[in-house]
Amino acid sequence: MRNAIDRRTFLKQAGALTAAASLPFGLVNVAWGKKPTEKFTFAYISDAHITQIRGTEFVANFDKGLQRAALELNFLDPKPDFVVFGGDLAQLGKREEFEHGRELMKDVTIPIKWVIGEHDYYLDLGAYWQEHMAPLHYSFDHKGVHFVALNSILTHDEWTFRRWPTAQERMHQMARLDNPDGSPFMVKAEQREWLKKDLAKVPKDTPIVILSHSPLYKIFRPWNFWTDDADEVQAILKPYQNVMVFHGHVHQVLYNQIGTITFNAFMATAWPWPYPVTYSQLPNKVPEITVFMNRADPFKERDGTGWGNITMDGGEIHHYELWENTPRTVEKMPGMKYPADTKFQDPKSRIPAQTQY
Amino acid sequence: MIRKACAVALLAVAIAATGVRADEFTKEDLKKWDDAFRTVVKEGERLFHSSDLGKNSVSCDMCHPNAANTHPETYPKFQKQIGKMSGLRDMINWCIQNPQQGVPLAADDPRMVALEAYITWERRGVKLAPGKH
Repeated sequence: MRNAIDRRTFLKQAGALTAAASLPFGLVNVAWGKKPTEKFTFAYISDAHITQIRGTEFVANFDKGLQRAALELNFLDPKPDFVVFGGDLAQLGKREEFEHGRELMKDVTIPIKWVIGEHDYYLDLGAYWQEHMAPLHYSFDHKGVHFVALNSILTHDEWTFRRWPTAQERMHQMARLDNPDGSPFMVKAEQREWLKKDLAKVPKDTPIVILSHSPLYKIFRPWNFWTDDADEVQAILKPYQNVMVFHGHVHQVLYNQIGTITFNAFMATAWPWPYPVTYSQLPNKVPEITVFMNRADPFKERDGTGWGNITMDGGEIHHYELWENTPRTVEKMPGMKYPADTKFQDPKSRIPAQTQY
Repeated sequence: MIRKACAVALLAVAIAATGVRADEFTKEDLKKWDDAFRTVVKEGERLFHSSDLGKNSVSCDMCHPNAANTHPETYPKFQKQIGKMSGLRDMINWCIQNPQQGVPLAADDPRMVALEAYITWERRGVKLAPGKH
């Protein structure tokens, strides 16, 4: 899809149910590896941060983001095969927040593949999640692609089990992004062993999609744009020819390429986060190939937020549906060494609002 | 005349006794002032990360970790959304009133001073750029 405006217009008009106007996906059909994969799309919604104020009162701003994403999904054509929820459904891991979030998503008619985030985990350590939504890690195959959902927001046992007097205090500490008393995210040895075993049965030329909440590489430790054992995880993925990691947590458009692994982050439905380059006191490793989102306008409640979808068809194309702002498209077609924005990758074509400082 | 001379003499004695002249201060003074500054920055950091300012449990740091993307060095500037020259405190109050659904602070409220102190401290060393967008 080269013309995101058209799709946006389509979405706006979708309420009138003038449907059929198909999305202008102009893709070359190139098979991945030896086994041809069937073209399909899946959607990605992340970081809803549903926040209970008291009783049945929730922060309306964040509710509206998730509601809007859930609604727009139903108007997509072609219909995505499933939607990945990239983590942080709740703000403080409360049962009320999970239940409210699930209620807001109740009209989603396609399967939801849940990935847990730290805001979902550090109150009850995944008890509600596992009972009502999904295992903390799992894998599945879909139309020739092997998908793996990881729990990438684990951390040191001492921090999780012995540092804090109550579960609520632990959750509050983890919820603060810039917390000097925080602790880095990890996949940890046990899950890495599981991943190794899970991938052992997958041919090296099968496309692999890893779904995680945290980026499985190191960007900026003070905000946990970071996974401490990312190098070990990447080493497990290295033998595979086509690996894509889709993650949340960073609340922004962010993409990178490390060896054969392509990384893509999605926006939040709740609020955008600054790029680490904007914190002037510490160095960062924000990938240079990323063309930043526009600086968000706080007066437009949904600006800098949105959701995305991914077309899997030999190459991969990601559409970032940014609300109140120009949607973005990033693609990595066969033969491309790294993913690139279809419109703004060339520095000369960028606009002033993309400068973050 | 004599009375005036006496007064001057007494004043001189008083100054000598305390060692205070307008242009003199000690390392202890510097430490005291720095401590006072840091105390207020710390209070600003606490407020910035608390839900005390608004009414819906949303805190400043949720959108601005380490006060990033607040750009104190660019104020005052023409704030396009407000349509007039605005100071940093105008934007602090806008955030308190809107995303946090709270009541704005008076310009001389110690909490406002503390928030400005914390935000500016996190941006220390960045060149002043009033008016920048």
